Amino acid sequence: MINRTPFKIAIASGKGGTGKTTLATNLAACIAEQQEVVLVDLDVEEPNSGLFFEGRLLHSEDNLKMIPQWDESKCTLCGLCPKLCNFHAIIQLGPSILVFPELCHSCYACSELCPAGALPMIPRAIGKLNHFQNGRLHHIESRLNVGEEQAVASIAKSKKYAADKLPYVNVHLYDSPPGTSCPVVEAIKDADFVILVTEPTPFGLHDLTLAVETTHKLEKSFGVVINRDGLGNNEVIRYCQAENIPVLARIPNNRRIAELYSAGRLIYPEFPEIREALKDILDYCLSAERSRP
Amino acid sequence: MKEIVVISGKGGTGKTSITASFAVLEGTRVVLADCDVDAADMHLLMQPDFENEDNFFSGELAYIDQSNCTRCGLCEQICRFDAISVSNGKYTINPIDCEGCGYCARVCPTQTIINKKLMAGKWYISNIKTGSHMVHARLEAGADNSGKLVAKVKNEAKELALEEQKEYVLVDGSPGIGCPVISSLSGATFVVLVTEPSVSGLHDLMRVHQLVKKFKIPSGCIINKADINPEKTSEIKDFLLSEEIIHLGDLPYNEDFTKAMIEGKTIVELDRGTLPANLKDIWEQIKILTT
Repeated sequence: MINRTPFKIAIASGKGGTGKTTLATNLAACIAEQQEVVLVDLDVEEPNSGLFFEGRLLHSEDNLKMIPQWDESKCTLCGLCPKLCNFHAIIQLGPSILVFPELCHSCYACSELCPAGALPMIPRAIGKLNHFQNGRLHHIESRLNVGEEQAVASIAKSKKYAADKLPYVNVHLYDSPPGTSCPVVEAIKDADFVILVTEPTPFGLHDLTLAVETTHKLEKSFGVVINRDGLGNNEVIRYCQAENIPVLARIPNNRRIAELYSAGRLIYPEFPEIREALKDILDYCLSAERSRP
Repeated sequence: MKEIVVISGKGGTGKTSITASFAVLEGTRVVLADCDVDAADMHLLMQPDFENEDNFFSGELAYIDQSNCTRCGLCEQICRFDAISVSNGKYTINPIDCEGCGYCARVCPTQTIINKKLMAGKWYISNIKTGSHMVHARLEAGADNSGKLVAKVKNEAKELALEEQKEYVLVDGSPGIGCPVISSLSGATFVVLVTEPSVSGLHDLMRVHQLVKKFKIPSGCIINKADINPEKTSEIKDFLLSEEIIHLGDLPYNEDFTKAMIEGKTIVELDRGTLPANLKDIWEQIKILTT
């Protein structure tokens, strides 16, 4: 089979700390034993997957966001721009206009509708994109500068970079941020398959149901991986059975796994059964029907 | 009234279990605010009665009324989010991509695009088992504007605490360092950072600490699951020392956290092992630090 575009698998969860990065890094490394793979860390607020590989930095660039810059010499203080901004990123304070770059969504409305042309758009660095390579594994991350609020644009940028630079690599893995709001939507909206990682606890189950809701809303094919299996109770597995959600793998609750993770090490080299599970997960994803774009 | 915000950078370090324990220890003197509106779990431990419920509207979504559309294509040209697509001459808005900036509606020559107010979620004020109140919320799946809902929950909790002359507002924050976290930090008296001794735990702690520093809020740190990696734990302690973050204490890796959760209880109610005493010590320290 010839893949014209990469198969994109997003690894997500509602709850934080369920094992998204553990799964993403181990899956990526395991695939890289056989073929090239791209791992894109889309948790731009707290990107961690790079802690598990020693890669060679191939490329680095600023992530730019366009924001308006007030040109005092042209401004007539007509008062239109604060009214145009739905995000409250511009205010008029006496005889000056103030722009709050963190709140700006770069819609250009103020800039293009200003009758005096007094708000030209200028680029502002909000973070950095890095591309590392370790053997057959390409690792791409964007890190948002601390204090920046808008994660979505950097997430989109990382995906686009991977798609433009590495279109010939068959599998692109997206390590997504936690939660269910706009950054998660951006991370999974063009994925072909979504893996939801959860843990068998009441918090894990509750947040899984939220993540399932979001994934359904985006009309994605998805499956569940249960991490720390054996901890907690059986409610997650019951829920998946009742809802006909495929459980792709169960990773055992094991202190040694937590220790390896804590030290920034991969787990599957020490656990043959996890290596098998990772292969099964990949096979399942690739055989699943591609979600609608 | 003191406002104490619990955050972590990394998810799953134990924020909610720890915050809930403090709320139980302090009882009626605390108003709880669950500001992890993306994945709110606090209600699973607090038996809330959802007494007051309200819709939360925030943000907008553009909508094209086809009957008046002249198909001029201007909206598609100016949209920076590629949210407007055309097929067979018909322009439609993709709600997932629309940022709600309102630009298209402003320039549409026939005013056929309207902005609909978006229901971003629901928020609640509940009576909880501690004899006090909790303000909490539920964000619509995939919704925008979680930062604004966080601000709403927090402000309602503050108002309630002032009204009822409570000592503390205790805020359970979300993971990350982006808009919901920034929103939960504004106006805080003290920040409790919950971390774990892993490469990710430390990495994320450093980033979230940078953020807290920008706000100039004093902070203390709890190292949860401290015995999982003693080497990392001591690395974290060095970091705390160098950054003048108060080390509030260590908690051992203990599955009692999960056992309590399954019973819908906090760890201090389970009353076994040393965890309840550890948490009590930590909470007493926080109280002293905030007086």
